[in-house]
Amino acid sequence: MEKKTCLYDRHVALGALMSPFGGFIMPIQYSNITDEHNAVRQHCGVFDVSHMGEVCITGPDAERYVQHIFTNDVAGAHLGQIFYGMMCYPDGGTVDDLLVYKMGENDFFLVINAANIDKDVAWMQEHTEGFDINLDHQSDYYGQLAVQGPEAETVVEEVLGLPCKELKFYTAKTLDVAEGDEGETIIISRTGYTGEDGFEIYGSHEFTKQAWDRLIQSGRSKPCGLGCRDTLRFEVGLPLYGDELSADISPIMAGLSIFVKLDKAEFIGKEALAEQKANGVPRRLVGIELTDKAIPRHGYAVLTPEGEVVGEVTTGYHCLSVDKSVCMALVKTEHTKLGTPLQVQIRKKTFPGVVVKKKFYDKHYKK
Amino acid sequence: MANFESGLYYSESHEYVRVEGEFGYIGISDYAQHALGNVVYVDVPEVDDEVTAGEEFGAVESVKAASDLIAPVSGTVVEVNEALEDEPELLNKDAFANWIIKVQLSDKSELDNLMDVEAYKAHCAA
Repeated sequence: MEKKTCLYDRHVALGALMSPFGGFIMPIQYSNITDEHNAVRQHCGVFDVSHMGEVCITGPDAERYVQHIFTNDVAGAHLGQIFYGMMCYPDGGTVDDLLVYKMGENDFFLVINAANIDKDVAWMQEHTEGFDINLDHQSDYYGQLAVQGPEAETVVEEVLGLPCKELKFYTAKTLDVAEGDEGETIIISRTGYTGEDGFEIYGSHEFTKQAWDRLIQSGRSKPCGLGCRDTLRFEVGLPLYGDELSADISPIMAGLSIFVKLDKAEFIGKEALAEQKANGVPRRLVGIELTDKAIPRHGYAVLTPEGEVVGEVTTGYHCLSVDKSVCMALVKTEHTKLGTPLQVQIRKKTFPGVVVKKKFYDKHYKK
Repeated sequence: MANFESGLYYSESHEYVRVEGEFGYIGISDYAQHALGNVVYVDVPEVDDEVTAGEEFGAVESVKAASDLIAPVSGTVVEVNEALEDEPELLNKDAFANWIIKVQLSDKSELDNLMDVEAYKAHCAA
C-alpha cells in the first residue's frame, strides 16, 4: 500500500493523474507534462516533493560520521552550505545520491530519495558504531515543496513572504514562521532538480499545506507533477537513482567523480572508487542523440553500427526544450568517446545516433 | 470527456477501423488519445507491410511512455498518414479524422470480432 503525502487530497482535487512512485502515490501531471515543463523553464512551477526522506545527524561525531558515509567532503564547510554526493557500498556501487545540509556545528540534515528511505536509514544505522551521534529519521515530520523557475525567487518572497534573495546557490537557512499552532522553524534552500533557479522548502505538514495553497491560489506558480520533474532533470543531465545510479552503477561510471573526493582520509567505498578512477570502468554513462524522432526508453538496447549490443538506455525522451530524441545510456567504455556512432533498438527497428555530452539543455542557475 | 464516433469498429485495445469498401482506415480512439496525453511520436509500418489482427504494428508515444498499436484487422498497408510524422499532435486534436494507416482488408469477417460504438462505450466505462 502506497503512502500519501500531506498534499494528497489537494492533488486529487486539482484533478491530477496519480501514480505510484517510490512507495508513495504521487501526482504525475495536473494538466499535461509539456505545459508544466515549460512553466518551470519560463516562469515558475511548484512540486510536492514531500515523498523525499530527511535524516538529521547530530552529536559530537556528526561531521566525522557524515564524512564516513558520504563521498563528498564537508570539512570546513560554512553554516548553511549544501553538498551533493552519494553513499556508496564498499564495492563502489551506489546506495543512494543525496544532499547534505550543514545546519550547525555537528548538525547535518540529509535529504534522500523516497524509494530508498528504508534502505538508506538501515544503512546509516548499520554504520554508526564508533561514532557518538544521534540519528533522527524525520521523513514523517517534514513536507517539502520545490518552487522552481526563473520567477521562483519573486514568488517565494512575495507570495510566501519568505526572504530568500540573499541565499546563494546550494545554501540553506532556517526561518521562523507563524504557521502551525505555535509557529515553527522551516528550512529553505536554493536547490532543485530542474536545472532552473529555485528553492526547496522543508516544513511541517501544516506549513506545507498552507504554503501550497497560497502558491496555487496566487496563480503565479503552476502545480507540476513528477512527469515534468523527470523531463526537466533529464534534459540538464541530472541523474535519477534507479536509472543512472544503482547498486551496480557507481558514481564514477555515472560520470559524477567530481562529487567523489578521493583526497578525503576515508569513506565507505573509497578504495573501490579510487581503483575505478585510476584504472577505468567497464561501462560509462553517455548521452546519445538520435537522428530520427523515435524515442529511446529505459532498458532499450544500444548497439554499434555493426549490430553488437554494447549498452542500455537509462533514460530517454523526445527532449522538450530542444526538440530532439536523446537518451542517457550505460555503454561499454570503448564506445563512449564523443562523436562515436551508435544505434538504439526501438521496438523492431534500430535508429542511428551519436555519442554527445549528457547535458541536452543548459542549466540556468542563479549563483 | 471523450468523443465516441458511431459507424466504426473498435477493439479492446482502443484502435478503430473505418471501413470503406475493401479498405480499412485504422487509428486510435478519442478515449485512447485522452488517456495517452500529448502524443509526441507515432511509429508506423511501411506501405506493403502486412499487419495481422491482434498483433502489434507500431506505437504511439506520449512524453512519458510508448504504447503499442495493435492491429484490429489483418491486411496489407496501402497508405500511411504521413502528416503524423511532423505533427503527431494531430492525434490529440482529432483522433477520428487522423487515421494512422490504411489497409486493404484481407478478411472482412474479422470485423465481427470487433465492437460497435455502444459496446465500446461500455468497454471504456468498465
